Amino acid sequence: MMERRKSTPGTKIAVEHLNVHYGKKQVLADICIEIKERQITALIGPSGCGKSTFLRSLNRMNDAVPGARIEGEVRLDGENIYNPRFDVVQLRQRVGMVFQRPNPFPQSIYDNVAFGPRILGIRRRSRLDEIVEQSLREVNLWDEVKETFRKQNALTLSLGQQQRLCIARTIATRPEVILMDEPASALDPIETLRIEDLMRALVQEYTIVIVTHNMQQAARVSDWTAFFLTDDGQIGKLVEYGETGRVFTNPRDQRTVDYITGRFG
Amino acid sequence: MLRVRLQEELARVERDVLALGAMVEEAIKASVDALVRRDREAAQRIIDDDRLINERRFAIESDILVLIATQQPIARDLRLLAAMLEIITELERSGDYAKGISRVNLYLGDAPLIKPLIDIPLMAQKATDMLHRALKAFAERDVEAARAIPREDDEVDALYNRVNEELLRLVIADIKNLEQANYLLWAAHNLERAADRVTNICERVVFTVTGEMSELDTHFDAGID
Repeated sequence: MMERRKSTPGTKIAVEHLNVHYGKKQVLADICIEIKERQITALIGPSGCGKSTFLRSLNRMNDAVPGARIEGEVRLDGENIYNPRFDVVQLRQRVGMVFQRPNPFPQSIYDNVAFGPRILGIRRRSRLDEIVEQSLREVNLWDEVKETFRKQNALTLSLGQQQRLCIARTIATRPEVILMDEPASALDPIETLRIEDLMRALVQEYTIVIVTHNMQQAARVSDWTAFFLTDDGQIGKLVEYGETGRVFTNPRDQRTVDYITGRFG
Repeated sequence: MLRVRLQEELARVERDVLALGAMVEEAIKASVDALVRRDREAAQRIIDDDRLINERRFAIESDILVLIATQQPIARDLRLLAAMLEIITELERSGDYAKGISRVNLYLGDAPLIKPLIDIPLMAQKATDMLHRALKAFAERDVEAARAIPREDDEVDALYNRVNEELLRLVIADIKNLEQANYLLWAAHNLERAADRVTNICERVVFTVTGEMSELDTHFDAGID
């Protein structure tokens, strides 16, 4: 159904033959996938299937893991981010990340959102004000904090508000891609739906990749679904990738059928 | 409002259902107009275009299944989707009646008609008017209208009985009228059935709004079956 509404989206990130090892252990094998621009791609699969590792490989978060070895290519707009000449700071600005637990800095709401822009060298107060307000508006937090955001400590917000603040902090640097690792798993059902609605609004402008244990959430929110599973050797593989409507009504691989219908294992 | 995506998708599917309804309404009207004019080219077009109605129905069905699979609709949202699944089936079949009437038009060929077509166009007018208002009732979630419309089915039935009787008389008068009488009765029967399907659509409107699953009485005088 989604394909009737939108013209075929372009590829934002092309992953080719990606292998990830942690020391001697291979965790991902031969992952090939095209992440579509301005679409939400959900990565699903049981614990340990490598989906979070895959997500982190999209902005080189695995670089910091001791013993991590990455082969293959991850091309952002055609450029391989694993090319040694690729600027990692710029990469992280272009590919932002939102984590499972909201992790605001113990500072004012304002300073949280202004953090990234300040690092990028924006100093002018009026410009920062503008960015902070716009970012808070984009995550639908503005109305809730507009009276207090300059002084209020971010840690006094509710968990759901904190997570929306973290998303505001991420988009304040105008990334092109937002990676989300279980962004709603710590939240109550209403806040979860709020985050999902927010993702649908953000996808007008950003490419979003989300890891979620919540298969229903993946179904609800995403345009594309990628199902990961470990093989007999406990190595994570991409089993099936396709439009979410198709994957959830007519999965092609029997393992996907078993997983999404709850007949797994 | 939460679940914006679900609400938008529901609204979009509903617009598609109403568009399908408009196509079917138009097809029925056009099929009888063509019959009255003895326009076989138009009839052939309606037969060909039935494919578009069928395709649209399958597309909507597929969209609804995707929504059920991905959006976990519950309560009123789920009822709406279930109702639309039924409604598109009724509409698609009603489209087949337009095709059937167009076939009659082709079968009749050039031969002069054994009777002027008066009641059949009246049936078409009534049936399509009922269909139109049933879809409006659906769009507006108008339970009162949905309960009232099926009672008008009596008028279509009365016209059908009149056509039936008249055609029978013509056959009794001259057995050579049998073939044409059969065809015309077929056309009338299709319209009678199209009106019946409006009742089914109205039942789904009531179900969507109230959750109540019941047959709507098509007679003023309850108890007569």
